[in-house]
Amino acid sequence: MTTDPNLDSPRTAVSNPPVQPMQANLGPGDVVRSSAMPDLPPPTRELTPVAKLIDVSKCIGCKACQSACAEWNDTYPEIEQNVGLYENPHDLTPDMFTLMRFSEYENPQTGDFEWLIRKDGCMHCADPGCLKACPAPGAIVQYSNGIVDFIHENCIGCGYCVTGCPFNIPRISQKTHVSYKCTLCSDRVAVGQGPACAKACPTQAIVFGTKEDMLAHAEARVEDLKSRGYDNAGIYDPQGVGGTHVFYVLHHADQPSLYSNLPEEPRISPVVEGWKGVTKTLGLAAIGAAAIGSVLHGLMTRANKVSAEDETHAEELVEAREPPVPPGREVL
Amino acid sequence: MPKRMFSQPGDHIESRHPVTVSRYRGITRLNHWVTAASLIVLLLSGLALFHPSLYFLTGLFGGGQTTRWLHPFVGVLLFFSFLLLFLQMWRLNLPRPEDRTWVSHIGEVVRGEEEKLPELGKYNAGQKFVFWAMSVLIAVLIVSGVMIWQQYFPDLVSIPVRRWAVLIHALAAVAIILTFILHVYAAIWTRGTIRAMTRGTVTGGWAWRHHRKWLRELAGREGGGPAE
Repeated sequence: MTTDPNLDSPRTAVSNPPVQPMQANLGPGDVVRSSAMPDLPPPTRELTPVAKLIDVSKCIGCKACQSACAEWNDTYPEIEQNVGLYENPHDLTPDMFTLMRFSEYENPQTGDFEWLIRKDGCMHCADPGCLKACPAPGAIVQYSNGIVDFIHENCIGCGYCVTGCPFNIPRISQKTHVSYKCTLCSDRVAVGQGPACAKACPTQAIVFGTKEDMLAHAEARVEDLKSRGYDNAGIYDPQGVGGTHVFYVLHHADQPSLYSNLPEEPRISPVVEGWKGVTKTLGLAAIGAAAIGSVLHGLMTRANKVSAEDETHAEELVEAREPPVPPGREVL
Repeated sequence: MPKRMFSQPGDHIESRHPVTVSRYRGITRLNHWVTAASLIVLLLSGLALFHPSLYFLTGLFGGGQTTRWLHPFVGVLLFFSFLLLFLQMWRLNLPRPEDRTWVSHIGEVVRGEEEKLPELGKYNAGQKFVFWAMSVLIAVLIVSGVMIWQQYFPDLVSIPVRRWAVLIHALAAVAIILTFILHVYAAIWTRGTIRAMTRGTVTGGWAWRHHRKWLRELAGREGGGPAE
């Protein structure tokens, strides 16, 4: 049932993909928002919202998700130096769309040492800052199932998505001058397969399905964690960005920043809102008004013309060889 | 030869019947037009990335990627080109007491009634405003622009600083476009001005009407001995 080709999205990443031929979805008719395209036609249908749940408490830090991600997306992250950290590579890069971040935490309440491992990557915000900031029409799209995707042939490499993103996710390649991030495996989801990372995860810390199912699953996980003494266990599905389609179960949901600086209350920065909102609208209006105003003033008023009298005065002045400044005028 | 107060080297009476006055040397005019061309390219490429309705302007430069690449380089060109203009012009654009009087009679200026206005040197307060507005805005634009230059300075500033930089860059860009419109319009509306930047000369009548102190100084210098 989970891989029924008649479903509009896969309900799990675990089972094998459908073998029946099926139409790929996530076409132009499924786009609900597109960068720099305010007059986008409405989508022709509504897909079921999907989500990837990352249960941090189940993660063993094996990096199978990273390997699966690079393998599926055919990227070759640079081999780097070991600097004494488990993170590898050192950060998200244009060739590494997801990254296990390792934090060592000494819990002051219990005195226990805790290893907090978070799989970082695009959160697929319901209100995506990257899409809001992007100036290139159609370079960033949001599908009705919640996936936010970069359409690389429309990307101009300006880096505005980096400016707009509240989670510091997009990375611009210095080779292709195009921005990259996790696609939530939109190319897999479109044909009934769950994301590669979720498929590879050996402990099912990463699971995939409808947002509704994932929330129900997350609540059960939180319940379980609380029964094991994690009183502050909870769901990280930040409402400041309208909720996300990649979300976490955290054992310390009251302190998300413990997990390698996961933002406490992420939202699109008011500076970005001001830039893409009032500045853009009023700025263009002011420029238009000034241009039209000058043309009208030019048409409706007399221009400032030099008279024949002025020319005569000038000749008199030059012939008379007057001093530079006549006495009495300097006070002005 | 007395010290120049209202004119700069190169300014001189070029002919006496009729009077024509040399206002800008060839090198200054070239400098001006390089700056102007850069500003126009920046305006078109910048507006293309500023508002979705103007994205089509990227077509002028061969697409979005090229526009994104070109804009900052032309910005650097504009900065250095304007810097040369600035070094030539800043002294005569310093404020003087008569500027206050001129501004207080701005209504008459706009109506073209210059009889009651004070005699002025090479620049009036409006021209000085354009000069200083351009100077300040270009400085703001180059600094904020480098901060958001993804290709060469991706990690120069933190992301929160970058957000402010991009906002300030946009606001300064709107302001400089408004200043540009004012500059171009004033040059067209005040007839006889544009030839100062094309041929390099103005008529004596133009100089008498708008910049009499400047003309007086040049006339006085002509009288002092053989032409320079």
